[in-house]
Formats: sequence, structure tokens, C-alpha cells
Amino acid sequence: MVEITSPEFKANARLAMGDGQLQQALGHVRTNFINKRAEAKANLDEFDELRDSATAIKDHVLEHLDLYLEKYEEKVIASGGHVHWAATADDACKQILDICRSVGAKSVTKGKSMISEEIALNDALSAAGIEPVETDLGEYIIQLRGEHPSHIIAPAVHLNMDQVRDDFIKHHTHLPADRPLNEPETLLREARAILREKFLNADVGITGANFLIAETGTSVIVTNEGNGDLTQTLPKIHIVIASIEKIVPTLEDMSQIVRVLARSATGQDMSVYTTLSTGPRREDDPDGPEEYHVVLLDNGRSSMLGTEFQDMLRCIRCGACMNHCPVYHAIGGHAYGWVYPGPMGAVLSPSLIGVDKAGHLPNASTFCGRCEDVCPMHIPLPKMMRHWREREFEKHLSPMTQRASIRGWAWVAKRPFLYRMMASASARFLWLLGGVNHRIKSLPFAWGWTRHRDMPAPEGSTFMSQWRERQARDAGDL
Amino acid sequence: MSQREEILSKVRAAIAPNGNHDERRKNLRTAAIAKADGIIPKLPESKKAIQARFEERAVKADATVVFSKPREVANNIAKYLREHNLPSAIRTGDDKRLKTLLRGYESLLEISHGRTYGDDMVGVSHALGGVAETGTLFMESGKDNPTTLNFLPETHIVVINADDIETSYENLLEKLRDKYGAGEMPRVLNMITGPSRSADIEQTLILGAHGPLRLHIIIVRK
Repeated sequence: MVEITSPEFKANARLAMGDGQLQQALGHVRTNFINKRAEAKANLDEFDELRDSATAIKDHVLEHLDLYLEKYEEKVIASGGHVHWAATADDACKQILDICRSVGAKSVTKGKSMISEEIALNDALSAAGIEPVETDLGEYIIQLRGEHPSHIIAPAVHLNMDQVRDDFIKHHTHLPADRPLNEPETLLREARAILREKFLNADVGITGANFLIAETGTSVIVTNEGNGDLTQTLPKIHIVIASIEKIVPTLEDMSQIVRVLARSATGQDMSVYTTLSTGPRREDDPDGPEEYHVVLLDNGRSSMLGTEFQDMLRCIRCGACMNHCPVYHAIGGHAYGWVYPGPMGAVLSPSLIGVDKAGHLPNASTFCGRCEDVCPMHIPLPKMMRHWREREFEKHLSPMTQRASIRGWAWVAKRPFLYRMMASASARFLWLLGGVNHRIKSLPFAWGWTRHRDMPAPEGSTFMSQWRERQARDAGDL
Repeated sequence: MSQREEILSKVRAAIAPNGNHDERRKNLRTAAIAKADGIIPKLPESKKAIQARFEERAVKADATVVFSKPREVANNIAKYLREHNLPSAIRTGDDKRLKTLLRGYESLLEISHGRTYGDDMVGVSHALGGVAETGTLFMESGKDNPTTLNFLPETHIVVINADDIETSYENLLEKLRDKYGAGEMPRVLNMITGPSRSADIEQTLILGAHGPLRLHIIIVRK
């Protein structure tokens, strides 16, 4: 299991906000991703219709998931592949290790896969004496640093170039230490040369999947670097690790969703490589793997079906929700404390690791609604975060003081006369406190707010009393 | 209970506890249904407009594009290699269309055949078709056009018939279905849009990550 620090979310967030280097790196997320998606959307008249179409396809799949999984399995086997079903993360790791051991694998190249992070596959491989080599540039960089991805499509988005240069100098010791490494381009060329050797020498290649197509038994990866393709083409064995909700019925259903995927993610009209793989090397095929395996992972997803969290299983991992999230912009991905950050992580993580551990994540939202606005699959993320808050409350997981305050507030709110009296007294009090500038510099019980910024003072009277005054004035005018 | 049964029964219990699965099976989507429901972005229909759109989108994705008469394809390859200071040695598969186009030009291009193990500078492949919507190439695996040629050489040159450029992915998928049979696929279908790239360092876009640095498309028009 990846170490979970979600329970320390508040401390993580505080550290992240004080980290100047991280804040500088996050600046790229705040501008680039947002502008590029907006441009891509503006250039496709049918974008919103395609979102509806993609959403409907996934809803249909989830209602018939058992049947499509059976159909998909049948087609994979018919094309000469193997299907392994894994109920938990440990099961998936065991199955993958068994396949690797069957060929005495020493080294495994990997395409980018969040499922692999979820099941902590690298730890399992290393413990078994098999070297896992991440080949996506961002994943490679964070593997050198012993870190986890801070973003689901841009794993090293929390880093600046200087840090990458220092890591390369530290780890690539066979190269002269004084070589020029001052451009992203020279860094990329160096990684390309080193990883090229790894690709050619790997015994097994492991990729994730963006889609599994039931009609043909095909797995699909969507990438820009070409590392996923080298990972799956060159070694003897290709293993696909994918969760059960990745199924789509037909090739045409895939192309509907592909049209919104890259546009929502990087703002490209289409990613560079969309690769459809069906089974192992065929007769008179000059290249490709001799064995093709798919590990189908559940790991808690079937428990989301039929609940208020089912819609989350439509997610296609484009990252648009975190790219547009003011909370993610402020704290980055690592503060969320587990594999999936941002709004999608705030909904998915409690489902997969428990609301007792990840309950803080859905609380870290202003409910501004941007995530839902940009989600290509129309996932009602804010609504689901509210569901998690309710569950957290029901399970008595929130702190005593918070629960007591909410109870106290409810008691007052149910007594309108008392409520109005207290509201008008506190409005008056806060107005006085605001002074001539109408700003409050320090406020008891709200230090968390006023330590970093002033609190705007209210108008001095409540809405109800202002309304009464206005009614009286209007009546007088008549 | 096997893990397969465990997962499937949990899924069934959640979405169709009392479902008649034979009845439910009748609701499954087929390619025909998916095609009828699908939203296809509108594009101009004339051949010329489709080809122009393909060129425009491929260039937007950082490929280079040239239109060529069949008998000039070899010359166009040689010219491109010269302009980029590359040797005139190319690696291709057994594609008959390519063989016909390159026959008689052995003095101009040094041609070797088969998959690559990474020591070839230039790979030349023939595409199944292209999609005007996004400037995307469809490449099939197999001995005619080995997959390794699409990824290992630094320069990838793709030859495509102008008539094989379609408006949408769906049109080419249908072509694929005609060729391989319903529900069947080549081992790999690569949909390629431009040369490989990464923006993983400070979101600076750099061409040539692990795949080709350059993608040159030669559209053959009679």
C-alpha cells in the first residue's frame, strides 16, 4: 500500500502553501491547462453534445458492467490473450509477480498507470527483486526522487527544472557532472537515451488502459511520448493493468469519448498516440509481445455501484477537475495524501481507502463548482463531496467541537425568534468591529481566516430587517 | 469462489439483483447502435476540402506534409532526408504499395526491409488511412508495416493515399471492420497524430520524447 497521509491533510496543506518552490511550479497549472482546454473546447462546435454522448455511454456500461466484462474477457481469450481477475490490490500484485516470475524477469518497463500507483506495484516488484522502470518522463523523474505523482496526467508538475537537473546529475553518474543541462530539451534527450536502453532490455512491459473495448477484446492507451508503445511492443510479455469500469462497448463508443479526453486534459484535439492492442504477436508478425495479459482490478469499485457514488465510475482520468480547482491550485497534489488528488480524488479516495482516512478531502472544497462545469463526463463532484461530508458526520468522524457547534447552530436555527435576535446582534457587533474600513483584522473563533487576511464586515443589519425597512419605505411611497 | 465469480457477483448484486440477464443482454450496444447514436463533428465533404483539412490538422500537430504524385514519392523521401541532413538509408516492411512506389529508385535510396531494433535512423511506413478531423494516421501492425518502425527511428515517414483520407475516425473504423471482420482487430492499431512529445518539465512542450522526433507525411495523389 502507498503510504496514506490523507488524515494529516490539514498539516500537509499548510506546509504546501508555505512552500515557495511548489507555489512557483503550481503557477503553470493555474494558467496553461485552463487556457488550452478553453481553446480546444471553443474549436469544436459539438463539444458539449459529445460530453452528453460520452456520459450516456458510460452510464449504460455501468448498468450492464457484468455482461460487458464477460464479453470483453471472451474476446481477449479468443485473440490469444489471458485475463486475470483481481479483487484487491494485493491480488493484482501477486498475479503480476507470478507472470513476471514465469519468465524469470529481472527488469520491467512501465507505461504511465495510476492503477499501478493505486496497487503500489513498484514496491511489490522491488521486494521481489524485479527492477521497475517508469518510462513516462514525469514518472521517471519522480521515481528517481522516490516520490509519487502529484497530478494524474502530469506526475511531476510540482517540480521546477532546476530540481530535475539536480536529480539527473545525482543519478546519472556515468555522465560527466559538468555537462550542460540548462534546457528542458537537453534533460529530455538525456532521459530518452537512458530509457532507450531500458526499453530494449526489459523482460516484461506493463501499461495501464484508458479503455477496454468489449466488442473486440482490445485495450487502449492514450499517450504523447510513445513510451507506452515501446513498453508494450519490445518485451516478451505485455501486461495490461486496468480497473473494471474502463470498459466501453464498441470501437465507436471509444471514439466518442476520445474526442473529449485530450481536449479536457491537455487541450490537444487528439493525443499523439491512441494505441489499440488486441492479443499477442500473430503468425508472421515481426514484432510485438509473445504473451498478452490483462489484470482486471476491482479494489472497491464494485462497492460504489448502486450507491450515490456510482457516477464517479464514469471518470476517464483527464485531470480537468484538478486543473480548474482553486484548492488544488493552492496546495498541489501531494497534500491530498494518497494516489488521487483534486476533486476526483476527494470523491474517489474515501470510496477506496475509507472515509475515516480520507474524510478531510471532501471537506477541502469551497463548492465553487468549477470541477463539475469542466468534467467531460458530467460527474457531479460537489454533490458527491457533500455525500461524503454527511457520511463522515453520521459516522461520528468529525471532531467534537465541530459536531457540537453544528448541533448548537441547528438548535438556534429551529427557533426563528431567537435566531433573528442573535443574527441581528452579531451583524451589529461585526459592523462595529469593522470600523471605518469595514474590515475586521482579528476575530475570536475565526483566527484561521484573519491570520492571513482581513474579514469583510457585514452591513450592520440583517437581510430580514433590511427587507422590512424596504417594505415600509415602499408602502410609504405609494 | 474464484475472484472472477466474486467480482461479477458483487457487480450483479449492485446493479441488477433481480435482473433477468438474458433480457439485459438484449440491451447491449452493438456497433450499429453506437454509430447511430454517435455525435460526429461536421466537416466539409468534398475530397479536396477533406485533404486540405487533414493537412492543416497534421501540421497543427507538428507533422510536416507534402502532396506527391506516385512516381515522385521516392524523390520526395530523398529530398526530405537531404534537407534534414539524414543518410539516404530507410527501413520499411513488406508493404506492396510501398514496394511499387520505390521500385527502380535503388540508386537514390538504400532500402532495407523488416522490423527495427532501434539502429535505423529512418522508418518508412504506409498508412491504412487518415482522419481529416484531427490529422490522425491509422497504422496497422504486421509484416507489411511493423509497429517498431512507428516508434524506434528518430524520423518516421508515412505514405498515405489521398483517397484513404476520411472525415471521421468512424469511417476508418468501419473500413477496419470490413477488412478484419466484425469484432476482429489487427494486433495493434496505432492512431498517430504528430511526432512524439512531452511537456513534463515545467510544461514546456518538446518534440521527440521516446518516439520519433519528426513525422513527415507524404500524401499520394494521382
